[in-house]
Order: sequence, then C-alpha cells, then structure tokens
Amino acid sequence: MTDADPVRLYRTVRLIRRFEERAVELVHGGQIVGGIHPYLGQEGIAAGVCAALGADDVVAGTHRGHGHVLARGADPARMLAELCGRVTGLNAGRGGSMHAADFSLGVLGANAIVGASGAIITGAVWGRRRQGRDTVGVSFFGDGAVNEGMLLEAFNLAALWRVPVLFVCENNGYATTMPIAGAVAGSIAGRAAAFGIPAARVDGQDPETVRAAAAAAVDRMRAGGGPELIEARTYRFDAHHTFEHAVRLDYRPPDEVTRGRARDPVRIQGERLPDADRAAVDAEVEATLDAAVRFALDSPRPDPADALAYLYASGLTGRTGGG
Amino acid sequence: MPRLSYRRALTRALADELARDDAVFLLGEDIQVGASMVTTGLARRFGADRVRDTPLSEQAFTSFATGAALAGLRPVIEFQIPSLLFLVFEQIVNHAHKFPLMTGGQCAVPVTYLVPDSGSRTGWAGQHSDHPYSLFAHVGVVTVVPATPADAYGLLVTAIRHDDPVVVFAPAAAMDVRDDVDDLVPVPLGRGRIHRFGDDVTVVAVGHLVHDALAVAEELADQVSVEVFDPRTLYPFDIDGLTESVARTGRLVVLDDGNRSCGIAAEIIASVVERVRLLAPPRRVTRPDGAVLPFAPALDRAVQPGRDQLATAIHLTMKDGS
Repeated sequence: MTDADPVRLYRTVRLIRRFEERAVELVHGGQIVGGIHPYLGQEGIAAGVCAALGADDVVAGTHRGHGHVLARGADPARMLAELCGRVTGLNAGRGGSMHAADFSLGVLGANAIVGASGAIITGAVWGRRRQGRDTVGVSFFGDGAVNEGMLLEAFNLAALWRVPVLFVCENNGYATTMPIAGAVAGSIAGRAAAFGIPAARVDGQDPETVRAAAAAAVDRMRAGGGPELIEARTYRFDAHHTFEHAVRLDYRPPDEVTRGRARDPVRIQGERLPDADRAAVDAEVEATLDAAVRFALDSPRPDPADALAYLYASGLTGRTGGG
Repeated sequence: MPRLSYRRALTRALADELARDDAVFLLGEDIQVGASMVTTGLARRFGADRVRDTPLSEQAFTSFATGAALAGLRPVIEFQIPSLLFLVFEQIVNHAHKFPLMTGGQCAVPVTYLVPDSGSRTGWAGQHSDHPYSLFAHVGVVTVVPATPADAYGLLVTAIRHDDPVVVFAPAAAMDVRDDVDDLVPVPLGRGRIHRFGDDVTVVAVGHLVHDALAVAEELADQVSVEVFDPRTLYPFDIDGLTESVARTGRLVVLDDGNRSCGIAAEIIASVVERVRLLAPPRRVTRPDGAVLPFAPALDRAVQPGRDQLATAIHLTMKDGS
C-alpha cells in the first residue's frame, strides 16, 4: 500500500510547493481574500506521511493545511477554486483555506482550531473500524498544539482505546511568533511517552525519511498496534500567514531563516531523480497548476442568496436576519 | 395504562434506539453503572463497546463523537452535569455544528448531547446548577427541553435519528414526573404543545416549568383563563404554533429557567411581538441577570423563577390590558 516511488514523492512536494507559490501570488493579486498560511518548506511531511497511507485512511489537518489535502490527491484545481471562494471549490466556496476538505479522499478537513484534529480523527478511525474497515488515521498539528489540553486528552483516549492514529507534529519551531523554547516545557516526544505512545523524531525536510517513518508506524498500527507519534522537525520558509507580507514582524533571526531555507525538501527529493525525470515532473506540475488557476478564476462565485446553504445536513432552515 | 417516569422514558428511548440501529452508541462518564440512573442496565444489555465509559476528558470525547459521526455512526453523549456544556461549547459549536456548512455539505454530524438533571438539583451550588439552553438556541444547535415522560421519550428518539447535532436538556425538576403513557412515539422537532387551553393569556413555559405553569393556571382558574404552551423544542422554535395561540389570547407571559439578558424568553417575546399586536405588554419570569445559583437552599430557590412570580406576572398583564 505504501507508495515508495521517489518520482511520485517528488511530484507531491513539487506540486505543493508550486501550488503554494501560486496561491501566494493570488493572495497578493487580490483573488484570494483573507490570506493563507503557506505550507512552504514543510512539504516533505505531508507528502511523506500521505505516501504511507491507503485509500480507506483518514487525515485531518491544520490552519496550515493545503499540503495535507493535496498530498491525499485532491484536485488542485478544485482546491484552488476553494481558496478563491468559488462554487467549484472542494467545499463549494464555504470553507476556504483553513477548512478545505475532501471526504471522498478521507480528508476530514483542515481545521482552524489548534489541536482540534486529534480527537476528531480518533473518533473517525474508531468509527470506521467499528464498521469493519481497516482504517488508520493521521492527525497533523504543529508544535503550538502540544500545549492544547484537548490534544493531550486525545492522546490519552487513542492510547487507552488503542485507536490506530498517527499523531504527526510538524515542529517548525514557532507557534505563530512564539519560539518553542518559550512555550514548551518538557518535550513533544515526552508528551507521547507520558501516555505510553511510541514516538519518533525525524528530519521533516527529507520526504523519504518521513515516508519511511510513517510507513513503519502505519504497518505497526495495521498489525494491531495503538497510536504513535512522529515529531517531524521542519522549517517554515515563509510567513506564519500572508498578512506578514504587509506587516513585518521581527521574530526570526535572518541567519536562522537562511539556514532553515537551505534544507529544502523539494531540492532534497529532486536530487534523487535524474535531471530529465525531474524536468518532466516540473513541467507537468506547471501545466496542472496553469490549468488550475484558469479553472479557479473562471469559476462562478456563489450566489449570496445561498449564503447559508449546507448549514444543516437535515435540511433545517432558520429565519433570515433582515426585516 | 402503564405509568412511566421521565427518567425511565429516557432509558427506554436509549434502549429502543440502541436496539433499532447498530450505528447508535453511548459515550459518557459512569454510564455503565448508570450514575445518572438514566443508562441503568444498558451496558449489560448492549455491551461495553456500545455503552462506553470515558475518562474525564469531556473535550476529547465530545470531538471523538464528532469524528465517529463523520464516520457514519450516531453517538449519544451523556453529560452528568449541565455546566460541562460550557467546557465543550467549543467542540459542539465550532466543530460539530459548523462542519456541514464549512465543508460545503460533504458531511453530517448526527450527535446527541443528553443532559439529564439539568438546572438546579437543590444544593449542588454554583457550578452544577446551570440551564444554558439559550446558548445553544443562539448558536443554532437544535435544542430540546421536554417537560413530560412521553415527550422525553419522543424527542430523545427524534434527536438520535436527526442528522444534525441536538442538545437534549432533561431538567432535574422534571425527572421524577410520572405519567400514564399509552404509546411511545417519536415527537417531531420544532412542534410545540398546548397543555391547557385558555382564553385570556398564553403562558409559554420551558421544560419542568410547564408543570409549574399548569399548577398556577389551575390555581387562578376562577380569575383568569390561562393557556399553557410548551415549545418542547427551543431551536427550531414553533413560532407558528405560538403565534396562533397568542393571536387568540392577546397576552403573553414567558416562564424560563435561564438568565434574563439574552435568554430564550427575550427571543420568544421578540418573535411574537414582531407578528402579533398584543393587548398588554408581554412579561417574562426568569432567573435574574447574570445569575449564579447560590448554595443555601433558600437562596437557590430564590434565584429560580417561581409560581408566585408567574401568578404576579399574569395578574399584571391582565391589569395592563384591561
């Protein structure tokens, strides 16, 4: 089930990288309103982890969530249309960057509340397995989430009930602007250990390393093991959020940024490919994204009359606000 | 005719739904032994897998239920204490309630949050005596507060079968109400019930207060003809049913065990006066603004809306309009 093909892994990190760069351009151009949290620099984690999953597995992500959705195979055109608030978007333009979801691929959504995905994924995996499926799940979160009680409660539940959830901490060193040294007492792996959850610390900048660690964890979980945690050390190449492009916040030393950017998951994986193969992937990704941008920008905007469509799955409708 | 208590009606509803639909399961604290005396016997009958005791991790198990619902199950969570709803307000409102819209209709979150013994249990003090149903009505989560055993059964069954989150408040002061019940059937959401017909004033009473309103109506029967309207569901609210009642009586008093400011009584009055020209200003009898229930029994009682206050409000509204 694990996809160890280095070309496909490169394609995924390259797709996420270029998707995010195009999305940032669309933010600056005003076509994406509200900004995004770019996943730039962290692509190897989503790509590596999702390469270790099967079709019936589920994932839930974070406010910095585009990479997880794309790595599960979501259509980049519909993803970009979602960011642009179009009806053709994955969520019909109702979710945007922080809530993009594709339930047909087991992507139960990016989630804007830090630490929220752990318990939701634990319940979703338990629920699917209770129906006889062989599902495992992944909860992605950042280093900021390890101080959220809700997530630590989820660690406990998953371990207690032996629900096969891979908790993936994308440790980019900062919770928005708060450095990890100012926020985390003890350690991230130590939090897992407290609940008897095996934890591995890996280089999140190397997609193959992440994939191998995730695949080993997924194998153990499918064989009946309980939850595991991977702390993937990474570096965010760009802003916490694109609002920082307009408002300079001084919290990362320039030499640290330079050092961080030097370990580039796209370059690291790309160097494992012959030049011609890499160029072919790059061209194909570019063509895909050109088409995605066209699709997104040509797609219709939702009708304000339908602003509260989908509010209730039961079809209940409330009163309108006017008059 | 069999007599059934409100508490047993809840048990029956849970048992019937567990038996009917394998997707239904219960989650909560001390539910296998049945500390609330609602889930009594269910673990033995349906097994520990479907009647799951949880650690004291309300936030995690509330979102666990959201995840299980996303996977196609129908979880029912029992909260032993109404104030726990404050702890999980985020998980219910920000996640369970918002998922269908935020995902553009990709999912449903059919979770039932059952709160037995909501409101005051007398002597349980500040952090165990709240009745926060208005908060859920405000955010648009389906909110039901049954008053009778038959409605407790029927609304809990409907809640479990409903495709969106539903909070079911079962007021402590109604839990021991017994009734002759012929058949137990599902009760539709958003449909009120007139318990007593009258000509002069419509009293809307929420949950256990329906019984107080009926007692007051009986006491005043030789002076004023009181209609008692039980909304049963606070959101969605049966505004058509209430409008029909108030259009006949021309007067409105609301009896609500929530705090006054921004409480459901305010919403009910506003919704009626948008539609009906009343004969007298409407009145509401509620807990005071910002109330915290004090411990000593006399103080606990003093902060809750009472029958004397209701009788006074009825008299005032009759005088105003005459």
